[in-house]
Amino acid sequence: MSWFNEHILTVLILLPLAGVGLLLSTRSLGNEFVKRGALLISVLEFLFSLILFIGFKPMANFQFTEQTVWIPAWGISYSVGVDGISLFLILLTTFLMPIAVLASWRSVEKSVTSFFISLLVMESAMVGVFSALDLFFFYIFWEAILIPMYFLIGVWGSKKRIYAAIKFVLFTMVGSLLMLVGILYLYSQTTAQLGAASLAYEDMSRLVLSSGIQYWLFLAFALSFAIKIPLFPFHTWLPDAHTEAPTAGSIILAGVLLKMGGYGFLRFCVPLFPLGMKEFIPLIITLAVVGIIYGALMALVQPDLKRLVAFSSVSHLGFVVLGIFALTSRSVTGSVIQMVNHGLATGALFLLVGMLYERRHTRMIADFGGLAKSLPRYSVVFLIVVLASAGLPGLNGFVGEFLILSGSYEPHPAAVVISALGIILAAVYLLWMVERVFFGPVSEENSGLKDLMSREWLAIVPMIVMMVWLGIYPKPFLDKIEPSVDKLVKDFSTAISETENTPIILNRESFEEVNE
Amino acid sequence: MENALWLIPFLPFAGFLLNGLLGKKLSESLSGLIASATIGASLVLGLLSLNAYLENHETLHQVMFTWLSLGSFDVSIAYTLDALSLVMVLVVTGVGFLIHVYSIGYMKGDPGIQRYFAYLNLFTFMMLNLVMADNLLLLFLGWEGVGLCSYLLIGFWFEDPAKAAAGKKAFVVNRIGDFGFLLGMIIILTNLGSLNFGDILLPEQLSSLETGLITTIALLLFLGAAGKSAQIPLYVWLPDAMAGPTPVSALIHAATMVTAGVYLVARMGALFALSATALSVVAVIGVLTAFFAATMAIYENDIKKVLAYSTISQLGYMFAAAGVGAYGAAIFHLMTHAFFKGLLFLGAGSVIHGLSGEQDMRRMGGLKSKMPKTYWTMLAGVSAISGLPLLSGFFSKDEILWFTYSSQSGGDFIFIVGLLTAILTSFYMFRLFFLTFHGDSRWTKGITPHDSPPVMTIPLILLAVLSVAGGWIGIPEILGGGNSFHHFLSETVHDVVGPHPTDLLLSELTVMVLSIAGALVGIYVAFRRYGTGKLDKESKGFGHLVEKKYYVDELYDAVIVHPIRRGSESIWRRFDVRVIDGIVNGLGSLTLRVSSFVRRAQTGVIQNYAAVILLGVILIIFYVYLK
Repeated sequence: MSWFNEHILTVLILLPLAGVGLLLSTRSLGNEFVKRGALLISVLEFLFSLILFIGFKPMANFQFTEQTVWIPAWGISYSVGVDGISLFLILLTTFLMPIAVLASWRSVEKSVTSFFISLLVMESAMVGVFSALDLFFFYIFWEAILIPMYFLIGVWGSKKRIYAAIKFVLFTMVGSLLMLVGILYLYSQTTAQLGAASLAYEDMSRLVLSSGIQYWLFLAFALSFAIKIPLFPFHTWLPDAHTEAPTAGSIILAGVLLKMGGYGFLRFCVPLFPLGMKEFIPLIITLAVVGIIYGALMALVQPDLKRLVAFSSVSHLGFVVLGIFALTSRSVTGSVIQMVNHGLATGALFLLVGMLYERRHTRMIADFGGLAKSLPRYSVVFLIVVLASAGLPGLNGFVGEFLILSGSYEPHPAAVVISALGIILAAVYLLWMVERVFFGPVSEENSGLKDLMSREWLAIVPMIVMMVWLGIYPKPFLDKIEPSVDKLVKDFSTAISETENTPIILNRESFEEVNE
Repeated sequence: MENALWLIPFLPFAGFLLNGLLGKKLSESLSGLIASATIGASLVLGLLSLNAYLENHETLHQVMFTWLSLGSFDVSIAYTLDALSLVMVLVVTGVGFLIHVYSIGYMKGDPGIQRYFAYLNLFTFMMLNLVMADNLLLLFLGWEGVGLCSYLLIGFWFEDPAKAAAGKKAFVVNRIGDFGFLLGMIIILTNLGSLNFGDILLPEQLSSLETGLITTIALLLFLGAAGKSAQIPLYVWLPDAMAGPTPVSALIHAATMVTAGVYLVARMGALFALSATALSVVAVIGVLTAFFAATMAIYENDIKKVLAYSTISQLGYMFAAAGVGAYGAAIFHLMTHAFFKGLLFLGAGSVIHGLSGEQDMRRMGGLKSKMPKTYWTMLAGVSAISGLPLLSGFFSKDEILWFTYSSQSGGDFIFIVGLLTAILTSFYMFRLFFLTFHGDSRWTKGITPHDSPPVMTIPLILLAVLSVAGGWIGIPEILGGGNSFHHFLSETVHDVVGPHPTDLLLSELTVMVLSIAGALVGIYVAFRRYGTGKLDKESKGFGHLVEKKYYVDELYDAVIVHPIRRGSESIWRRFDVRVIDGIVNGLGSLTLRVSSFVRRAQTGVIQNYAAVILLGVILIIFYVYLK
């Protein structure tokens, strides 16, 4: 087993691709077989990923690392590893994928094999993004995700799917092209400073970059991440993409893809360009806070359930950005755990809305009412998820929000006060939605609907269990996240204080010189 | 005993799980039995804990597991029972147990009865977490949890849109208060590095903070308290909350949950004590709410809403007491209020039950002979709340009035408004009493009023006994009593009333006489006006304004709710869709236009391409040559 454990990340990246081969070779056996195959692969992938969870030691260094030189002349090597920041994002990915497969069981009718192949390719690329420690591979994985997602929205989406798919790809491409320029610049610096070309993350962090250069590099990377998260005002692709995407697409999009933005900030911007980042902290915190309030207000007036959830994502991810840019140990840990929380709660909301759509073929809030009567079990589950999303203590959302807000208060009190208003608004738009969908008299179209089926229970129960676990006993998670975050924050403040101290020392010396 | 503390909240939680998961598989009576038995067992454990506490007067404490820990910050799921928590636990489980039993009769035949008992058990679990928490964060968990249950139970009959809306209103208004609570907690954590009561309430810790900061924290926490305990300006949810089943109104919206704000202030008493500003705000808001709500109770015709305004008003008294530093008096009134207000709501429920759901007092009257048990127990309740001598409400309210007058942070204004409110209180309570039970019978034809079954009347009688005698543990020294309640509580909560000023005009006995006189005046006027069964005429002018609740709901709608909703709608359509997306789509179509222009060069005619290539070569040669 030890060989297996040592190469677990490679296994996790390759297993879904092997699954693609399996699906292709067995497609003649029929759609049912393909679905089961996809489910099997994704469950297996999840079980394997638990090795990471069990074996990860609460330390700051990268673990489960593998490194193989690939093209030495160009300094490209295959290098992977996880730390406390990426660990749970990988687990979130492998956890959500079987659920996404289950969610597509009946709703996907055309080109079934291609659909599940897209999902598996995406899973491989997502695990790759969160584990790559070489910027070449990181960029390849980052871009590779676009292709299956483009198809998921464009082929299996609803009415305005083509517009939404193109919008999604264009927005993301604009960002990632600038990131590519940034990566190429860093690459050129490795030759100049280290004597050998390299794309390894480790080498990048050894580069010495002036604050002016860091300013531009931060911008080049940050735009890409800001679009991905999405940060206000780069969010308008999100409601369209979510509304048009099939349920599985929405779950993956909200659950994992948006987290790539937050991850990117933590993995690249904070450690590589601290001096550049420092300049943007006030701006980005402002945008995050605006996003929290703005997303909530927009969610309030959406007539479409999926759009409402999409705008609530804008609001919730504003908290994540706030926590990252407040750069205290507590706030950043809160952001990491909140990315997981948001993936669970919003993923579950999209899953549930998808179930409703399969029954009623509409997502318009106005078409519903009184569902608590006709779908009692579904309603209870939905309410639990809503409460998790609204940050009720005892469920997961509260843990993240509390850590972020309490961790951000010292550096940015005003931002915290305004953001906390977003928690009031979350209760308003969520409970108003619940009121209109589930309460009141039940109309004829909404009565006689079938309550949750066993396949649906299978998809939603694990999510609820995780929401309660993370809400009541997040310690096993926080313990693993904390050391990496501590190191990140400490290194950042060291970098900042070094440059801040230098001119002061110079000043004092020059002052003394003058005195002499 | 200490190792079994967790069972006190978790027994009702087990009841919640049984009722919630088994649901319709449980018979109606079994469902009620499970719910009542679990909370009954908690009551027994609470009494055993009291016994253990009284042996050596040491706080009981049990840590279950770490909830959140990060760096030096560490918060556990941990329970503590000191004098204050014990009082609260006994009120919650004691009154709660009676109300659970009563519910078996009241909710009989309701198709959702298992869901009802599941919510009620969950509520008790959350409430016990709130009062037993050894840190602010766990208290907050209970605080939000009881709010959730309140939301679910107000909207219990969710098919009625008005009831569902009332539930949401309660939750949202409470969230506004919680915003303050959350920020207060965050500031405490930022400055003191902990949220455990054992750390943050230490005098040396608190004195390390600046007064301005303490005032800020205290006022933020008080915002939370004002939401939960329905004080100005956040009281608007409580009258609407009467949409829930009546036992819910008794338990959650009278006896227990709404007093959580008072509990919070008392629990954080050491902090509030350090800010004279915060204390004055609490006292003034409290006494103004008491008066303001009482005026609305006078004009109300819905029997439950009269009681709702009365609850707001009585909670105002408790805050007035806490605000002048008399935490003990506030908690004493909290307890007696739980007895008599629980009783009054259950009595009202019995009336409503007997009249097949009628809540309008204009269609009641003459019920005295039809419902004797309800009549006599209600009389005990209205007398107790009016503060008639020797009843429970008399001792607690009198103590409050005395402290508002004599405490160093009290004053004439608070005292006089409090005294006026006492007159109004006995007036509207006896108005309710006379309109309901005396005079002509005005109920709808076809209804045959009847007293309730024993499962409902026995809890009534027991609460009536408590309403009468419950105050005797707090008889003041001046009447020859030992005021043992006060001494017991002072082991946890320290009053900050200072030595009485020596130049007081009125003595403690005079204040007592004044409060009795006030109560009698109120009763007399009520009797003159309603004793014979006369009804109010259509009110005009000021009366009309009060009847319409001063149009506060309409004001909030016009100033806050509608602007937010309309504003968001227009931002979405004008800014999000047009401006941001407009720029994006505009860039898109610009690209299209540019490319379609450029595309024209791609004519597909080889000669053209050749010509262009030739031109290019010539230009390059020129360039190189000129250089």
